[in-house]
Amino acid sequence: MEWEAVIGLEIHAQLATNTKIFSGASTAFGAEPNTQACAVDLALPGTLPVFNESALRMAVMFGTAIDAHIGKVSVFDRKNYFYPDLPKGYQTSQLFYPIVGEGHVDIELSDGSTKRIGVTRAHLEEDAGKSLHEDFANMTGIDLNRAGTPLLEIVSEPDMRSAEEAVAYVKKIHSIVTNLGICDGNMAEGSFRCDCNVSVRYKGEEAFGNRTETKNINSFRFIEKAIKGEIERQIDLLEDGGTITQETRLYDADKDETRSMRSKEEANDYRYFPCPDLLPIVIDDDYIGAVRDSLPEMPDARRARFVETYSLSEYDAGVLSNYKSLSDYFETVVEQSGDAKLSANWVMGELSKHLNQNDTDITASPVSAANLGGLLKRIKDNTISGNIAKKVFEIMWADGGTADEVIEAKGLKQVTDTGAIEKMVEEVIAANTAQVEQYKAAPVEKRGKMVGFFMGQVMKVSGGKANPGQVQGLLKQKLDALCD
Amino acid sequence: MHNKTLAELAQGLEQGDFSSVELTQAYLDRIESQDSKYNSYITVTPELALEQAAAADTARQSGNAGPMTGIPVAHKDIFCTQGVRTSAGSKMLDNFISPYDATVIQKFNAAGCVSLGKTNMDEFAMGSSNESSFYGAARNPWHTDHVPGGSSGGSAAAVAADLAPAATGTDTGGSIRQPSAFCNLTGLKPTYGRVSRFGMIAYASSLDQGGPMAKTAQDAAMMLNVMAGVDPMDSTSADHPVADYTANLEQPLSGLKIGLPKEFFSDSLNPEIAALIQGAVKEYEALGATVKEISLPNTALSVPAYYIIAPAEASSNLSRFDGVRYGHRCDEPKDLEDMYKRTRGEGFGTEVKRRIMVGTYALSEGFYDAYYKKAQQIRRLIQQDFVRALSEVDVIMGPTTPSPAFRLGEKTSDPVEMYMEDIFTLSLNLAGLPGMSIPCGFSNGLPVGLQIIGNYFAEEKLLNVAHKYQQATDWHTRKPEGI
Amino acid sequence: MALNRTDVEKIAHLARLQIEESDVQAYADNLSNILDLVDQMQSVDTTDVSPLAHPLDAVQRLRADVVTEENQREALQSAAPAVENGLFLVPKVIE
Repeated sequence: MEWEAVIGLEIHAQLATNTKIFSGASTAFGAEPNTQACAVDLALPGTLPVFNESALRMAVMFGTAIDAHIGKVSVFDRKNYFYPDLPKGYQTSQLFYPIVGEGHVDIELSDGSTKRIGVTRAHLEEDAGKSLHEDFANMTGIDLNRAGTPLLEIVSEPDMRSAEEAVAYVKKIHSIVTNLGICDGNMAEGSFRCDCNVSVRYKGEEAFGNRTETKNINSFRFIEKAIKGEIERQIDLLEDGGTITQETRLYDADKDETRSMRSKEEANDYRYFPCPDLLPIVIDDDYIGAVRDSLPEMPDARRARFVETYSLSEYDAGVLSNYKSLSDYFETVVEQSGDAKLSANWVMGELSKHLNQNDTDITASPVSAANLGGLLKRIKDNTISGNIAKKVFEIMWADGGTADEVIEAKGLKQVTDTGAIEKMVEEVIAANTAQVEQYKAAPVEKRGKMVGFFMGQVMKVSGGKANPGQVQGLLKQKLDALCD
Repeated sequence: MHNKTLAELAQGLEQGDFSSVELTQAYLDRIESQDSKYNSYITVTPELALEQAAAADTARQSGNAGPMTGIPVAHKDIFCTQGVRTSAGSKMLDNFISPYDATVIQKFNAAGCVSLGKTNMDEFAMGSSNESSFYGAARNPWHTDHVPGGSSGGSAAAVAADLAPAATGTDTGGSIRQPSAFCNLTGLKPTYGRVSRFGMIAYASSLDQGGPMAKTAQDAAMMLNVMAGVDPMDSTSADHPVADYTANLEQPLSGLKIGLPKEFFSDSLNPEIAALIQGAVKEYEALGATVKEISLPNTALSVPAYYIIAPAEASSNLSRFDGVRYGHRCDEPKDLEDMYKRTRGEGFGTEVKRRIMVGTYALSEGFYDAYYKKAQQIRRLIQQDFVRALSEVDVIMGPTTPSPAFRLGEKTSDPVEMYMEDIFTLSLNLAGLPGMSIPCGFSNGLPVGLQIIGNYFAEEKLLNVAHKYQQATDWHTRKPEGI
Repeated sequence: MALNRTDVEKIAHLARLQIEESDVQAYADNLSNILDLVDQMQSVDTTDVSPLAHPLDAVQRLRADVVTEENQREALQSAAPAVENGLFLVPKVIE
């Protein structure tokens, strides 16, 4: 019998609002402990929540972007449990009437196929504070700056069957929320978090196996590893005659394994009920329509447009459309250079390589899109060759400046003067008599390849600046003349 | 000075008969010498009061006085007051100095009022006798062996004993009206949302409502003028126009349609109270009102529905008292769970623990539908009863309480017996309607209250109806012996 | 609905309330009486009656997403039982 994994994901995306979901305190990351926790966030006696309009708008943006049902009446509920980082003793969330109902996203798999993944719901809730266990003997420090930060919890259907699919789904959601500008997507800072529900069953079975929920996974790579590991663990356990305990597990990236969270073992009874301090959120078609009209172009639409407008391959269009920052960069390069294919190659090639090597976000690239476009323009108009362009790019990356400035300062302008090139060609032919003899002796059909040697020599003599097309033409002409 | 109404005090200040400092000092002196008999204050703030009084006098001299400038009032110790202990009658908050002002407190400050101090109350407003206060029960000035009612018992006792000319209270199931009835005061529970709840320590959020407790309807109107209004800090406060509640007190009552719910006048009602209420209704007829019997068929269900909804909300509202950020924390906790349990076990009194447990149980898995949801459905039925009735009549009248003030300790052994005391008041909170209690006579020397119920946001009408009665009668001017 | 001692202990744990051993029975009795009182509700047919959560038929107002709260840590922590380096201290949390 073959095993099959069943995976459902809960993604918590911190919404990029200025203030908390229910208070006017700032949500900026990295402040001194408890300096962004106001009386409401601390749950001082008598304090009350007031709902942030941006949190609502952002949730509706997400809902419309995944073609979901939008709850015209949504209600906040209280989820009651005691934890020191939860000041009120309950989390304000949405259980019964979430703001976003059923929707879906399409993911692309490595074999080129697409798969539709259902989104069960997405609801608004408040984040908890942070518990800091270091620095204190037998004590835990509580920082409530994060308490009350708006979260959109996006719950998927158990539609994924492999770690690969799960990661593709997470990346898709990540690209949607960052593209919408409703979440900064920073996984390291916890702005975008993922809990993975994993179970296994024999292929073809209807019923689900007991599932585990793995928390605390803060990168795409770890999601893949954690799920793979958890699937293996479950299969091993079942094949050894064991049973899977329904439990919460924690992913330990250092050991690359999940372990049971003892503290959450106790069966919780959250005693959900509608929050009496907040009234139903009521929105109408006009509101939803206005949000829909204000949506930026989404990745799928942009990908189609890139194929259509720029004649890019599906693959290139897919890569370049995933993130708005990358797409915007690419389109600026195209605008400047006037060559989409060349632009795509450079953005996905040289630029991406440098960004990755230096762990730099595209928004912080030392070579701006306009400057990269300017560089490509000089390839197009034969001012420099592609190889020289790479040198120019290196200099631009390291020292800044425009392509023209670098080309000028370093004297890298391509030689296109036919007389000068002819002189270099003649020099090279004169200096390599042995190779010329070989060329003459070779059958006509092999000669084409042999030109390469002379090409290299001429380019060397020119310091790479000779126009390769012209060199090639002249070489063929002169060598063939010697053969007659 | 101490036996004057707010209206009279305002006039005295205006005419320069006395200054706010003199007036405030007179009240502070009385509190100092008399309150040991009544235990009506938890915290008296003489320095703050005199400072505010001096500022009010200065404002008046420079021509910046409003109608309430320089008037001293007392606040139920459930309203957070910056720099002053705000205990909610609980050991849990015995050490809690609030770092901020409730909206209601801000409004009294902005109106130039003087705060004499914070009045005694049932712990977290859970009680009908003031006996659950960590600070000991307040006493009824009409008979100090009797309870002043609850939960705003301290406010009622303070005003009845002339230790404050008026006070704020809160009413979740009758906590303004019942102590007003027990202490011969005029108390108003406004429409839910009329007065901001921000900074008012929550008992049951969907029922809690702040309001005035005063000597007359006119004084209650003056108080409500300060308190009412929408608050951006309270999502549940009503964005509904605020009237000048003193403007239409004199409207004649001819043609007023009064409904008497038959369920309020069952055979089990104390006959003396029944007679007093009927007497008051006769007085209204003399003032030109017509009377008709109506039915509020689900009245009896208000007790069970309330005693699910209020404890359920309370069980969640009181979870924040965990010993982490403020308030009581037990000594040397062994671990986190020990800290939670002992902090809360020690910090809360018996009745509070009881209600937290009832609420916790009602919301727990498997019981939600049978208790909480059912109670909210019954709440709907109760509201529909009122809506139907109030489409036929202008106001509904009946007793505020089934009996006059009972003796201290009389009902503490059986919580259910205590809960039944609230039978006539609970349904308004469930429906969110405004209601008043005004003095209408005495039974064995103890005051009896007439309850007047109006439609949503009909506070102006209620105050008018109460005021006209008080012009025709003198029950509200009677004073306990020795005061 | 009668609650026994075990029920009371379970509820008290859920609500994080320490109840003295000697008081458990009294709570069980009182809570049982209260539940008997509220059980009156069960006799009413509420099919098709929608629950009433808020007395007014109002909807949630929205707050502009503008920072209005400045750092007041010192004032807000003045009432805290245990604070160090700006953090609230609690007995060690085990995960």
